[in-house]
Amino acid sequence: MALKGLDIFKLTPKTNCKKCGVPTCMAFSMKVAQGSLPLEKCPFITDEVKDQLSEATAPPMKTIKVGEHSLGGETVLERHEKTFVSKTLYAMKVSAAFDDAKNDDILAKVPAVDYDRIGERMYCEFVFVEAADGENNRFLDLVKKAAALDRDLILSCTDPNLAKEALALCTGKNVILIGANAGNYEAMNAAANTAKVVLGVSGQSLEELHDTVASLEKIGNKNLILNTTGASVKDAFRNTVEVRRGALKGGDRTFGYPSLVDVAALSHGDAHMEAAYASLFTAKYGSIVVLTEMDYAKALPLYGLRQNIFTDPQKPMKVDPGIYPLNGADENSICMITVDFALTYFIVSGEIERSGVPVNLLISDAGGYSVLTAWAAGKFSASSIAKFIADYNIEDKIKNRILVLPGKVAVLKGEVQEKLPNWQVLVGTNEAVEIIRFLKDMQN
Amino acid sequence: MALPKTSQKFNASINAFTIGTGDQTVTLGGENVLPFYTFDAPIENAPKIGVEISDRGMENNVPGIRDYYAGAEDFRELARRASAIPGVDFVAFSLDAADPNGEDRSVEECAEECRQVAEGTDLPLVIIGSKGIEKNEVLFDRIADALAGRNVLLMSAKEENYKTIAASAGLAYNQKIGAESAVDINLAKQLNVVISQMGVKPTSIAMNVGAAAAGYGFEYVVSTMERVKMAALSQNDNMLQMPIVTPVASEAWNVKEALVSEEDIPEWGPMEERGIEMEIVTAAACLASGSNAVILRHPASIAAISEMIRELV
Repeated sequence: MALKGLDIFKLTPKTNCKKCGVPTCMAFSMKVAQGSLPLEKCPFITDEVKDQLSEATAPPMKTIKVGEHSLGGETVLERHEKTFVSKTLYAMKVSAAFDDAKNDDILAKVPAVDYDRIGERMYCEFVFVEAADGENNRFLDLVKKAAALDRDLILSCTDPNLAKEALALCTGKNVILIGANAGNYEAMNAAANTAKVVLGVSGQSLEELHDTVASLEKIGNKNLILNTTGASVKDAFRNTVEVRRGALKGGDRTFGYPSLVDVAALSHGDAHMEAAYASLFTAKYGSIVVLTEMDYAKALPLYGLRQNIFTDPQKPMKVDPGIYPLNGADENSICMITVDFALTYFIVSGEIERSGVPVNLLISDAGGYSVLTAWAAGKFSASSIAKFIADYNIEDKIKNRILVLPGKVAVLKGEVQEKLPNWQVLVGTNEAVEIIRFLKDMQN
Repeated sequence: MALPKTSQKFNASINAFTIGTGDQTVTLGGENVLPFYTFDAPIENAPKIGVEISDRGMENNVPGIRDYYAGAEDFRELARRASAIPGVDFVAFSLDAADPNGEDRSVEECAEECRQVAEGTDLPLVIIGSKGIEKNEVLFDRIADALAGRNVLLMSAKEENYKTIAASAGLAYNQKIGAESAVDINLAKQLNVVISQMGVKPTSIAMNVGAAAAGYGFEYVVSTMERVKMAALSQNDNMLQMPIVTPVASEAWNVKEALVSEEDIPEWGPMEERGIEMEIVTAAACLASGSNAVILRHPASIAAISEMIRELV
């Protein structure tokens, strides 16, 4: 939220002393508001006022850092308005309330999903360790086991002394301690401060959550995460939306923190419900989503969804240029060329895979644009195609000399043929859905 | 300290849109809030689920789907089984074999199959046309006649063929029209405008604003739906107030994640489970973004999504 010059003027001494180098306090205020002068240039601005001002100019939702991960910092409610900045992160949950076999099984599965999708590492970022009544030793034991994994930790317990013990087992780890509530927040705050970790806050109701966050802010902790999980899915959804909307639309900084939703608790051990709710809270405002298991069946659609939703609308998703051999293609298989726009790649490669025909899919560097856009921008032209063939030594790597162009750039055929005289240049289909038929016809 | 007041209850609402007849009707839309925002105002008509069955039969599916329909001899039985799945609100019959680039099944045959499906179930019907844009003009005309009086939704009319479809199915036979556009709010609106101009009532139109599986350009689906709902509700744009029906199954079951066998990529685990989760994750995200109905295939996905809807509304 931009601060107006007049608001700043009210905080200056209004003496026009010129010590800041500007003739009047009003002119100085205007320059500060524009950002051309720092507030510190005025020797009469007290620290208190500085805090007040930095508060007023602060973004509506804080960015909370946990290790290399960023949470929050969002400025809009819908991605098309600008962009979402911090993607949803996922946690796998173990609990002192689960039996040992189940916990061991989950912990063993944590490292299983770890892969790359269009340049992004897809893995479960956190292990969530939950305490249970009368199971302190088992909880501490679980913390030890979880800390041994190469993942950041979320510790969930409401007993400040137990929290201290657990945190002591996590030296060198990036940790979020959740469990602060209206009754224990001072002691939990002390535990989190000592260990220098992010503190997670819960409340029986939105009002209670709001009050507890306000109290924690008053005693100086602004390194928080809000547990918006409710008693039901309906409550959790309401809490998560109201917290985000309150911060971004209502201008309420007390709610301006990332959220955590324990989907595992809401789905009562049903893997399909976990997938449904994880999708819901990835689409709507969950900063951390906790599941009992992130296997490939869940990961493939969820990480794909996340990558889509959190992509920057101004920056197209790109795949790396190069040769992609499909259906066991080798040097004798035909070549089909297209652009590096990720969506184009996915759709075209999917159709080719379904045809079962071995094809070397050539992805050229076209700035991440779609075929027609890249063509219009001069990034997918006869010269760029010829340059790609040369730069990537295609003629050395592939013996087949059939090159299929996307149907939408049929106009390029003559020119490409001229630049690549050794090749037989063909025009493919306008739409990807026609590729299967095209390839089958070609075989006959 | 008081909570911030940020309620988004709008003065405009999504059109209430009804398919089916008698006591077997389903109404989509009618809400004046964002998807599942029941804390802003009550949502009278919860989102609905359609089950997709194909004119090719259900044998070419994963075991969980194939077995469910095993032994179904004709389309009546297929429809009867489909409508018996718990959580199903309507049956969507997909004319895959009518594709002129494929089997090119005749219009008469397709109309007869639709008649059989209608005999097999009392639930409201959605007919999903072939991939042939021109063929659908004739196809929908004949089907609209064959299913006269059933108040079915025909999906879809596109920019290239809406005139014939609106004139015959919409005006002559009084069926409901699905207007299909590809993830662009302006194209979606334009199509609603031209179909309305032909005399089809706005409340007889539903939209398919484009679909994709999670991970396959789904950001366009999300943003198109969110922008459509915002324009409909906050700007009272009555050419965008039609409810959104999204065919999820045909997208979710056709991506690599749902098609690659376990032998090819063992660490991915069983193929069927991957397809189910792809269908569930995609459907849940569609509903969160603005779909008033989703069309699904697997009984397990239908169970999960219907429970989610029950929990949220």
